Amino acid sequence: MTKTLKGIAASDGIAVAKAYMLVQPDLSFEEKNISDADAEIKRLHDAVDASKKELEIIKQRATENLGADEAEVFEAHLTILSDPEMLGQIEDKIKNDKVNAEAALKAVTDMFIQMFEAMTDNAYMQERAGDVRDVTKRVMSHLLGVTLPNPALIDEEVVIVAHDLTPSDTAQLDRKYVKGFITDIGGRTSHSAIMSRTLEIPAVVGSETATQDIKADDIVALNGIDGVALVNPTDAEVADYQQKAKDYAAQKAEWKKLKNAQSVTADGKEVLIGANIGTPKDVEGANDNGAEAVGLFRSEFLYMDSSELPTEDEQFEAYKQAVEGMHGKQVVVRTMDIGGDKHLPYLELPEEQNPFLGYRAIRISLDQQEIFRTQLRALLRASHYGKLAIMFPMIATVQEFKDAKAIFEEEKAKLVADGVPVADDIEVGMMMEIPAAAMIADKLAKYADFFSIGTNDLIQYSMAADRGNERVSYLYQPYNPSILRLVKHIIESSHKEGKWTGMCGEMAGDQIAVPLLVGLGLDEFSMSATSILKTRSLIKKLDSTKMSELAAKAVDCETTDEVVALVKDYTK
Amino acid sequence: MEKKDFHVTAETGIHARPATLLVQAASKFNSDITLSYQDKSVNLKSIMGVMSLGVGQGADVTITADGADEADAIKAIADTMTKEGLAE
Repeated sequence: MTKTLKGIAASDGIAVAKAYMLVQPDLSFEEKNISDADAEIKRLHDAVDASKKELEIIKQRATENLGADEAEVFEAHLTILSDPEMLGQIEDKIKNDKVNAEAALKAVTDMFIQMFEAMTDNAYMQERAGDVRDVTKRVMSHLLGVTLPNPALIDEEVVIVAHDLTPSDTAQLDRKYVKGFITDIGGRTSHSAIMSRTLEIPAVVGSETATQDIKADDIVALNGIDGVALVNPTDAEVADYQQKAKDYAAQKAEWKKLKNAQSVTADGKEVLIGANIGTPKDVEGANDNGAEAVGLFRSEFLYMDSSELPTEDEQFEAYKQAVEGMHGKQVVVRTMDIGGDKHLPYLELPEEQNPFLGYRAIRISLDQQEIFRTQLRALLRASHYGKLAIMFPMIATVQEFKDAKAIFEEEKAKLVADGVPVADDIEVGMMMEIPAAAMIADKLAKYADFFSIGTNDLIQYSMAADRGNERVSYLYQPYNPSILRLVKHIIESSHKEGKWTGMCGEMAGDQIAVPLLVGLGLDEFSMSATSILKTRSLIKKLDSTKMSELAAKAVDCETTDEVVALVKDYTK
Repeated sequence: MEKKDFHVTAETGIHARPATLLVQAASKFNSDITLSYQDKSVNLKSIMGVMSLGVGQGADVTITADGADEADAIKAIADTMTKEGLAE
């Protein structure tokens, strides 16, 4: 019988495929005394050889899909597996203690893991403990005859089933074969959800029981538009989903026609629709979906995918690649937004009671200026190769903006003095995500060249409700008149100074919010690349005068429900 | 037996990526190759051994190779050291 799972619709699209369980198998074993040490050593060697073979393939796939840098970790794993000292110690243990290979492997690798973890003054070495652990797991799986999930080795169409997806899991996935995701946990803004939209793969997150209710090779019919999945559907249900997939593809084809169209309302008011990107590689998806700009380039990946602070040259290459890829269209790079829920293994940050209200983003940049200055120099150098803009995250006060801007000017002057080519029309703006900054948007607009509203944080700070806490998730209300009033004040303040306002949060691509934002006069809408054409299609149907009337009424409503009803009435 | 002394100049010492490259370079030869630092010596073909030494910037280390291809081994390792900006 068909089982139905309900979750959160995280990425549009329909898929029907076999389930691939991205779930860790049980690697527990019994410690046994053995008599034939030679046979046991042979088992060890066979397991090591099989692991090496697997890693060679994974490394090759990772190099093809992600580039040599991402594949380096697998090279490190291979080096560990070839370590004569470590293997020698495991063999000695089998011979001398007469224990099985599993027990000897664990005893020796545990010793190395502990040794690395004890090097508390060296984050790089501590991370190596993770490498040894990964390698041990792989060899252990071969000794026990169980299969580790190897997402890089998938070679048929599948729907990935996981408790949650980590960045390293998703990095190994091949878009050709992965038709969809379903996870137990997560929300619309979790890593797996954002990633699935970037990869344009249908996804349902937060299903709670996917890993229990789905078994390997079950057929899964996934609807990422409604947030529903069917396990082992009937033929009729499969046919229904295939029809839906066809309809969705047709709808998408219709939207695709708007790829080179301008984003303009029915009455001729022009706006800009941009893409949010996380790495320079995402530029391709942005262009494929007709992005008119990159409204948000999150620079964090440079810091998070690395085992040490990225150098100026590494950053320069990434920014240059992004601006060149956009062929003269503006790319807004947000400076380092670390802290909150994002940590770096090599940058020690204090443990905090309230990390979202703590030491993060521009607060770190202004405090640890060397990191900030390195990033600004890389950005300035890249500005020569296209149209680059810079924005600072988490600005709360006028002074913070002035301080950050002054450092930018200093670095710019130094580069110019050294004869380095730097664009002289770089716009320097700021994120609007703290209510205090929104309240003095009229003052900030005198200094910032533009504002970009980060709705996820602006809403959570305004409502004083943690967006990751399910008990208070009802307070995540993007259409609440309180939020709309802040947005209105921000946009009007920028316009009074002849500046512009964009929005790079989830709300910018939300089909209920878009009519309101058009009415409030938002200049740039930046969103996941896959939402662009859908949004352009919607904007083309709206009349800006009518939407202004709608927005004026909406900010005067009492509740979110009233606003939603009003929008539906105006867009019928 | 061939010997060569190095002064480590790399900011991160011998732990980051270059350690892997040194081990890979050493593994290509049949000679027994050791890395000595302070009063400890480890097998240069063992990544775990090399990393466990915790060689930092400014350290003075000695590489010793013993075997038929010892001269070539020392040369290849010295090349890696220079190319990766590890030591002089």
